[in-house]
Amino acid sequence: MIQEKKMLTRHVGVSGMEKIDNYERDGGYIGLKKMIEKSPQDFVEEVKKSFLRGRGGAGFPTGFKWGFLPKEKNKPFYLVCNADEGEPGTFKDRVIMEHDPLLLIEGMTIAAYATRADLGFIYIRGEFKWIAEILERAIENARAANYLGKNILGKEFDFDILVMRGAGAYICGEETALIESLEGKRGTPRVRPPFPANAGLYGCPTIVNNVETFGCLPFIAKQGAGTFKLMGTFQAAGTKLYGISGHVNRPGVYEFPMGTNLKDMILYAAGGVRNGKKLKAAIPGGISAPILKADEIDIAMDFDSCIKANTMLGSGGIIVMDEDTSIPEVAEAAINFFVHESCGQCIPCREGLMKIQQLLKMLTSGKGKREDLDAILQISNNINGATLCPLGDAGALSIQAMINKFPEEFEALLN
Amino acid sequence: MSASPSPYLAEESEFNLSEDVVTKITEMAAVFPQRNSALIPALHLIQDQFGWVPPPAIKQLAQLLKTTPNKIYGVLTFYTMFNLKPVGKYHIQVCRNVSCSLLGAKHIIEHLSKKLKIQPGETTKDNKFTLSLVECLGACGTAPVMMINDTYYENLDAKKVDGILKSLQ
Repeated sequence: MIQEKKMLTRHVGVSGMEKIDNYERDGGYIGLKKMIEKSPQDFVEEVKKSFLRGRGGAGFPTGFKWGFLPKEKNKPFYLVCNADEGEPGTFKDRVIMEHDPLLLIEGMTIAAYATRADLGFIYIRGEFKWIAEILERAIENARAANYLGKNILGKEFDFDILVMRGAGAYICGEETALIESLEGKRGTPRVRPPFPANAGLYGCPTIVNNVETFGCLPFIAKQGAGTFKLMGTFQAAGTKLYGISGHVNRPGVYEFPMGTNLKDMILYAAGGVRNGKKLKAAIPGGISAPILKADEIDIAMDFDSCIKANTMLGSGGIIVMDEDTSIPEVAEAAINFFVHESCGQCIPCREGLMKIQQLLKMLTSGKGKREDLDAILQISNNINGATLCPLGDAGALSIQAMINKFPEEFEALLN
Repeated sequence: MSASPSPYLAEESEFNLSEDVVTKITEMAAVFPQRNSALIPALHLIQDQFGWVPPPAIKQLAQLLKTTPNKIYGVLTFYTMFNLKPVGKYHIQVCRNVSCSLLGAKHIIEHLSKKLKIQPGETTKDNKFTLSLVECLGACGTAPVMMINDTYYENLDAKKVDGILKSLQ
């Protein structure tokens, strides 16, 4: 059996958590109060020691990301929360924002102190209008209690947060596209370097972290890196939110220590495959993550173990498919998504994915030939690594994995 | 909303930004470190007022934000949430991505199409319903999902869809 560990989700189902006194009564803002007694640099070191890694999908160590900020401060520094949750299979950040908005706000305030940021932004996907309103209310409450604004907790520390809703573009979850969008532009990823830590929003040093990453900070500030490291694996500490969807009995968001076994989660947390069917496949980290066959799911769900299994933890969005699922149909839904969401800036992504889409359509409509299937694999190889951001790779490699792991299903469609 | 056959030819006065919207946009432009950051939030406000983003409103917005209508149009067309033409009173957006597909999004779409007698992308003759297909709405755990105007409807089946449509009559 596996046990849920509730650090980020302990207020799910509790109402009124956007109110300061309710949040404080349950230990809220102790982390900020403790941390603010130390120097910003001390907390950056603490986060480095904690092995907290970015929860948006890339798994980059958070403390080290902060460490890239310039030492000298001669421009405003900005802090951005990436709440543009849009990777199919992912529905975890909304749980924190809906049920524990002050956890995110405290986390951002702690991060702002550590990174010397002057202003924060929450960039939330446009469709989550009601969640943006919850956040606005919580921010208003934090301002009224002087947890945001000028001289927070009586210290020489000013910080405030603005909420901005996106408008339906998956690519804006990529940090430089998100920054472009915050600047009121089309959401096209930037060429790096410079990295946002040097030249981000309005050309100023900017740190972009995911909602769940910020959510871990109050715990680290309150209990220290050592306690945080007691959860999870050696190379990735803490808990992780796993969203389980598809053909399972109990879909939903579950919080487990990083590195919990995928098979156990599907079986015990989500209650196994529904209607007594057998498992065919699972995608472990949102549709960008290469698919796993039923006999490959006995893996630990952390960044490194997933890479070893030739897939990725991504956002932890687990999509489960039963024996009746047609993998070519899943591939078609996936490629439709990537083609729709490609920003169109890099030719390999824009044209390559579209070509794969056309060829897949030929296959599923019974007009495809062996050469078409080979061409899909070849084009996906050519897209890989040839684009500014990972969207092209994600589209190419996820389709490639479906074909390589279930060749018989695609071959059965050949004319 | 205008019932004019071609909204592009409609009287400009029909699409004047409300005072409230103008005030909010002006305020936002002052709150953000740079004025242009108010563009996307402003487009949301305009769409809330008209149900879509009409060209005359783009002109007024350009003046407020001291930019050009062309620049706004370039941004506007990048983001799928903004409607470039009028939609029905109820804009139904059904997710067709993987998790929703696995749990029958296709049937939901076919059912809606049959009930409303329109194809995805179309609006009913009485301008009441527009049916659109969208990519992931971030509610995979409660699939299949659709959004009508600003509201999410989750764990759908044909019966539930019928009930929802009835409540919107």
